[in-house]
Amino acid sequence: MNELPAGITRERGLHLLTEMLRIRQFEGRCAELYSAGRIRGFLHLYDGEEAVAVGVMQVLGKGDSIVSTYREHGHAIARGIAMGPLMAELYGKRTGCSGGRGGSMHIFDAATRFYGGNAIVGGGLPLAVGIGLAEKMRGGRGVAACFFGEGAAAEGEFHESLNLAALWKLPVLFLCENNLYAMGTALARSESQTDIHAKAAAYGVRAVAVDGMDVFAVEAATHGAADFARAGKGPTLIEFRTYRFRAHSMFDAQLYRDKAEVEEWRRHGPVISLTTRLKAAGLMTEDDFQRIQGEADAEVKAAVDFAEQSEWEPVEDLTRHVYAEVSAP
Amino acid sequence: MTTGTGTVITYREAMKQAIREALASDPRVFVMGEDVGKYGGCYAVTKGLLDEFGEERIRDTPLSESAFVGAGVGAAVAGMRPIVEIMTVNFSLLAADQIVNSAATLSHMSGGQFHVPLVIRMATGAGRQLAAQHSHSLECWYAHVPGLRVVEPATIDDARGVLRPALACPDPVLIFEPNSLYNMEGELTGAAATADLSTARVRREGKDVTLVTYGASLWRCMAAAEQLAAGGVEAEVVDLRSLRPLDDATILASVRRTRRVVIVDEGWRTGGLAAEVAMRVVEQGFYDLDAPIGRVCSEEVPIPYPKHLEDAALPSVERIVTAVRRTMGDAE
Repeated sequence: MNELPAGITRERGLHLLTEMLRIRQFEGRCAELYSAGRIRGFLHLYDGEEAVAVGVMQVLGKGDSIVSTYREHGHAIARGIAMGPLMAELYGKRTGCSGGRGGSMHIFDAATRFYGGNAIVGGGLPLAVGIGLAEKMRGGRGVAACFFGEGAAAEGEFHESLNLAALWKLPVLFLCENNLYAMGTALARSESQTDIHAKAAAYGVRAVAVDGMDVFAVEAATHGAADFARAGKGPTLIEFRTYRFRAHSMFDAQLYRDKAEVEEWRRHGPVISLTTRLKAAGLMTEDDFQRIQGEADAEVKAAVDFAEQSEWEPVEDLTRHVYAEVSAP
Repeated sequence: MTTGTGTVITYREAMKQAIREALASDPRVFVMGEDVGKYGGCYAVTKGLLDEFGEERIRDTPLSESAFVGAGVGAAVAGMRPIVEIMTVNFSLLAADQIVNSAATLSHMSGGQFHVPLVIRMATGAGRQLAAQHSHSLECWYAHVPGLRVVEPATIDDARGVLRPALACPDPVLIFEPNSLYNMEGELTGAAATADLSTARVRREGKDVTLVTYGASLWRCMAAAEQLAAGGVEAEVVDLRSLRPLDDATILASVRRTRRVVIVDEGWRTGGLAAEVAMRVVEQGFYDLDAPIGRVCSEEVPIPYPKHLEDAALPSVERIVTAVRRTMGDAE
């Protein structure tokens, strides 16, 4: 168990826990709603990886951009996308944050510069490079934060993107959530070099590996990467070592890993780890925990009510937005 | 140096003038691609632009089509106006994920929150003995995809004019440039100013048969029409210019005048653009037709290297004339 970093206040600790619990309670409800047939399509849950999204988002400001994956509910919630439109998107309702057209894998939100969950593994990396390029060419201070799993490191787009971002010293944060399994393929079964961060050296990209279960370690590493990028020094690859507690998607029978392995990881999961440390430091009581969880549940319930009560997009609108209806800004 | 109306220039120069004009008039515009800078462009379209506009705006990229096309998508979404050059359509397959899965989908998938005002230019076509991997005409693959706009300028005016509306368009636009036309010379007329992303043009009027075509095949059709005229058959030639959307109105108006149609397409016949045009004619003009629709496409073979075989694989003036005569009911 990592020590709580020095100087962590009760307020700070509770805030981070709140953010993680909001994600966890939201997704717990999603799993139920999926079984009940209210949410369809693919549903990829983030359970176990919450410290990564929450830690990263503490560092990013309004001027920064996010490119995400199909496992992006946690990123969206931590970024500040309201739960109501998020849940409505999972339902496919017109009030969803993408107008209901994307569903779970394609969360978009212009207001928070959330450039989508991308459901092509590796497909988001070139996009983030381009957003970083635009930022640099305009002389802005924003960074493009790009989440992807360790499976993406086998894709050509990973290598092409690292090279280009490093060559042009672009303000891109390559944020690898290494949860050890690309769907059902264990890292060692698919990669000759299983240290993802080591690959960055070939491109001259600054790289670090950190404990993705420790929200403070995530935040510190992201700070370093963002400062480096804002100073015009180029991209960083951060390998967050984490684990997903649930299946890859709701169709996954998890034949590829032992239950004991999952249980072992659960024992030092991000929520339990932070809770234990805050309590041990005397910064939080069990009552605090129950209250925070209760508030998160209430927020989720309101989001579900919003989604349930929202209307479907009329079929007449089927082909809207295939092409732009207004001139781009 | 931008030349005015009445000047004779090459297709290459027309395209270059359009790019230079865009760079000079909009600071959001930049060019990115393989060998566009120091080398001057694989087909020399961007030659000299690096010296004029500098490395920030004329960007040589690594050989990584997916990354630099995807970066174009990202930069466009984030407010820039990138002109991405892919050397040829053959290499665009390495970027197909970014074109089809990202550029074409982001507007719809985001509920209209994001747009991709990206221009992708690429050379296309056969005819220069470059063999199978450098001779594809795969325009119809991209024309198949909702969310993309696909144009193919075949004249000097269109080469000069089409970039401006493409850059003004909030959607991704693919500009196909037939590599066999880069050295073609022609007079610049005022028509360059009227180029758009959606209409076809009648390039030659005729009352007996309509030839529908696009790209380099336009000029084969024009030559075929001259031969046919010598035999008393007046062919009307429709240049599609825009492959997505297709200008049904112009095609059908011509077919209603001539009542016969032959479609000439350098792509392969199976599942090709000619099939799409033919079906639209059938759907909307079946009762206006006096004869079965004809097609002249590339033979169903990877384009071979030796000249005599390559020539035999591509739509030729001779094959077009033969197809028209068959449509006219002449005995072969």
